[in-house]
Amino acid sequence: MTLIPKLAALGILFSLSTPLWAASLAYVSNERDNTISVIDMAKLEVIDTIPVGQRPRGILLTPDEEQLYICASDDDTVQILDLATNRIVDTLPSGEDPEQFALHPNGKHLYVANEDDAIVTVIDVETKRVLAQIEVGIEPEGMGVSYDGRWAVNTSETSNMLHWINTETFEIEKNMVIGARPRHVEFTHDDALLWASAEIGGTVHIIDVEALEEIHTIDFRIPGVNQDRVQPVGIQLTSDGRYAFVALGPANHIAVVDAQTFEVLDYLLVGARVWQVALSPDEKTLLTTNGVSGDVSVIDVDKLEVIKTIDVGRFPWGVRITSGSGS
Amino acid sequence: MTLRDFWYCFMGVQKREWLRFWQQRTRFASALVRPLLWLVVFAAGFRMVLGVSIIPPYVTYITYETYIVPGLCGMIILFNSMQGALSMVYDRELGSMRVLLTSPLPRPFLLFTKLLAMGSVSVIQVYVFLLIARWGVGVRPPLEGYLAVLPALLLASLMLGALGLLIATWIKQLENFAGVMNFVIFPMFFLSSALYPLWRMQEASPWIHQLCLLNPFTYAVETIRFALYLQWNPLAFAITLAVTLVFAALATTGFRPQRTRLLGVRNV
Repeated sequence: MTLIPKLAALGILFSLSTPLWAASLAYVSNERDNTISVIDMAKLEVIDTIPVGQRPRGILLTPDEEQLYICASDDDTVQILDLATNRIVDTLPSGEDPEQFALHPNGKHLYVANEDDAIVTVIDVETKRVLAQIEVGIEPEGMGVSYDGRWAVNTSETSNMLHWINTETFEIEKNMVIGARPRHVEFTHDDALLWASAEIGGTVHIIDVEALEEIHTIDFRIPGVNQDRVQPVGIQLTSDGRYAFVALGPANHIAVVDAQTFEVLDYLLVGARVWQVALSPDEKTLLTTNGVSGDVSVIDVDKLEVIKTIDVGRFPWGVRITSGSGS
Repeated sequence: MTLRDFWYCFMGVQKREWLRFWQQRTRFASALVRPLLWLVVFAAGFRMVLGVSIIPPYVTYITYETYIVPGLCGMIILFNSMQGALSMVYDRELGSMRVLLTSPLPRPFLLFTKLLAMGSVSVIQVYVFLLIARWGVGVRPPLEGYLAVLPALLLASLMLGALGLLIATWIKQLENFAGVMNFVIFPMFFLSSALYPLWRMQEASPWIHQLCLLNPFTYAVETIRFALYLQWNPLAFAITLAVTLVFAALATTGFRPQRTRLLGVRNV
């Protein structure tokens, strides 16, 4: 063996051992602690805890991943966290008790569900002005905007409805009754279908976006778990259309669903009362927020296995993951 | 005596044990039924019981099935070792053990060889059990864990084998195996971390918790559990090793062929 291949091998080893890009980070809102926990996705450890407004719930990342929007529900505001400095740099006039929100693909219009007021507030994040307030059903919670930007969908927990909002006119075009206590909606990446979870109904409803009709209902049966504990909330869909992950609340499991056949493939055990889920941008990892046990479970999407559970603050609620390839 | 003599003897004893294992294939299968019943029937009823806390070596929530697999590995070894002890009494009475002990090689070496031979048969059973647990019940430790657990399994089988040997020197009759079951196997199995984590035992009763802490089987099971999940539990390992050495020392000094002869005279 000559020296050159040896050196080349050494060079490869060396380049593998040095990080080529910044670490991917996960942000978790702790509803009871009024903090955001920051998790290093490479080490799977909490590396920072940032104090924020009261009762932080829904969170989202701006498309450039430089800011995190936080629904500070009890402060009746949306806070903007600068991710370079980990400081709150601004607030948005969200209306009362914001719980969940969604950003339009134009990056400007933020749709906020105001739980106590039965309205959806649309905010222009650049001018910080309220563009519209749309009356919806009682206790609005889930918010989703289609990838093409045409629809914003809100769920109202007590009215058991989905409200289809035209994003150009800010008016409701259709109300649709689905299972009891709808909590969360998620569009498929091609905008063909909308997945909606019904917490009390214990079901997930699949809606054809073109026809605005329900085409399928998914039931969940976990061996050894009482059926009334099966309360679906958060949903994530992989962009290849392969899997859907559904958080089943106090059943303490994540359902893995075949997104084509709607068959449940597996149930993965996580912490207590799992509500929200987030896929990493590379879709290799799924994080779940386990509210009652105060931790976040890490799921390997390829293996469909829970690989670790990380302690965060009290009652973790929302979770978002950066791609980390920024620098 | 050369190293070759040792090797010759070592392989002879191993081969005999393997031959016996091969001739008793049905016993091998039936020995797997016991832990599998525990895993499939007993554990199924407790599926969600442990999904409330995370204890090392686990890094996330586990089902009860996942928890008891290392304990059931220990159970396989425990039963096999005690059965092995019984067979040594049998051997001693029928003379094949005496033939072995007439070898000019040192007795501790002979007994160690014998224990290792019995242990390797147990280890094969454990691996078959682990595979069934993986494919049948979905208990999936990391793949490297199957390799890492090998030394832990061998150490546990040496420890329990030495204990079996020690008991064998006390047993006067073959029929006493029922007594061994009641006074050794069941207490060792139940008063350990095999079925429930120690914090659960502590909640239930501090006394039982203390007994579990005094039980060497607890440490053998924990060594297996940690190794299977690629972690290192120095305390459990050190205690298992120390207990193995003590048991082995006591057993080898106590295991005398004369005793059999005396018993034989008494039996006549």
